Amino acid sequence: MNVLQVRDLAKRHGRKDNLVRAVDGVDLDVPAGQMLAVMGPSGCGKSTLLHLMGGLERPTGGQVWLAGERIDTAGERALARLRRRSVGFVFQSFHLVEELTAAENVELPVLLAGGSPRAAKRRARHLLDQVGLAHRARHLPWKLSGGERQRVAVARALANEPLVVLADEPTGNLDTAATNEVLRLFADLRGMGQTLVLVTHDGRVAASADRLISMRDGVFVEDTWLGGRTGQFDGLFAMGD
Amino acid sequence: MQDAILAMLAKEPSHGYDLGLRLRRALGPLGGSMNAGQVYVTLARLEKAGLVVHERSEESPARPDRKVYALTDAGHERVAAWLAEVNRPKPDLVEFHLKLAAASASRLADPVELVDAQRRELLRRLAEAQRAVLAEPEGSTGGLLLEGIALRLQADLRWLEACERVWSGAGKESGNE
Ligand SMILES: Nc1ncnc2c1ncn2[C@@H]1O[C@H](COP(=O)(O)OP(=O)(O)O)[C@@H](O)[C@H]1O
Ligand SMILES: [Mg+2]
Repeated sequence: MNVLQVRDLAKRHGRKDNLVRAVDGVDLDVPAGQMLAVMGPSGCGKSTLLHLMGGLERPTGGQVWLAGERIDTAGERALARLRRRSVGFVFQSFHLVEELTAAENVELPVLLAGGSPRAAKRRARHLLDQVGLAHRARHLPWKLSGGERQRVAVARALANEPLVVLADEPTGNLDTAATNEVLRLFADLRGMGQTLVLVTHDGRVAASADRLISMRDGVFVEDTWLGGRTGQFDGLFAMGD
Repeated sequence: MQDAILAMLAKEPSHGYDLGLRLRRALGPLGGSMNAGQVYVTLARLEKAGLVVHERSEESPARPDRKVYALTDAGHERVAAWLAEVNRPKPDLVEFHLKLAAASASRLADPVELVDAQRRELLRRLAEAQRAVLAEPEGSTGGLLLEGIALRLQADLRWLEACERVWSGAGKESGNE
């Protein structure tokens, strides 16, 4: 089953001389459980694509289905509901609420979706444990390292068991060690069957996915299967030079 | 350098002196480190291998260097093979750079396509390395080495991005060399 389905999707800004084709007619199927990376240089339309797929922006052309439900034409209320429940967003700059503890940040989406405080607490405890931050639950974000903050943000994205996690440059603000932390977490999630779409200009992040789409100037120029081989790494001496 | 010289000859027969100039220009600031004699040594070697031949030019008798070199059929084949080949395991920077310059000058291949092919290969390797990194326990010494490999490949990919940017712009101007 396809969690996401996109047909001839387009987003234009401005008109005539100022016309920008941020996304210029793309087709995409993301099957359940796939970890997909979209890679391309800055300005090629990655964020816009992600926003269109998560209902944060409306397309100027084309269609988007989330789990079979058409979202590009959905009403505002339906869209808001869908963003809360069916999609989990992860951003480059974490977007945590600085006044709330790690646990409270993760509880928030559950509460906003109508969950009870008890259910929210239980869910947050479970998720923070899953991302390896049970011991940080009561910390405010500024006390956490970059990698920890992003792991909290991932836990928050998972709060309402979304159909898909959409991540925009999730390691853009992280050093190498923290990047590995977050990539490990994504690998765990994939192992549990979570569908993930990440957009990035970082080759290391892209190379961690099952499938890699290259984007240029609003269009897809390549679609490569990277996953499948879980065997041992044998290229060491071929590459080390 | 052999391949780069052959590729430059694919555009038109040339004097050794002109070949040296073009190579130096393609290498930019690094061109200064190339010594002029290298070109003649290389041409002699290529001639022995049957990849180039020379004629004496009668047009410019004043020049000390009157030999005009041209590709043989075997030389042509060799250039085509070189341009089509993806560097494994990863590109030697200077060679790859000269390949792009030669591809563009001779119009035998699109530099941007060469970059694409190289990127595919690097991404494949990076995916392997990255998977191996993530399979190692956090903070292990074995993981550290793999991480170094992944970081180098990442750096190579960044460089390819820069190559793509410049050569896709260059393709739109004419007379680029
Ligand atoms: N609201 C907007 N108005 C005008 N142009 C926009 C707007 N949002 C994005 N763009 C343009 O659309 C293109 C794609 O942007 P974006 O999706 O942010 O790219 P990326 O995430 O790959 O860096 C860029 O050229 C950007 O300047
Ligand atoms: Mg962006």
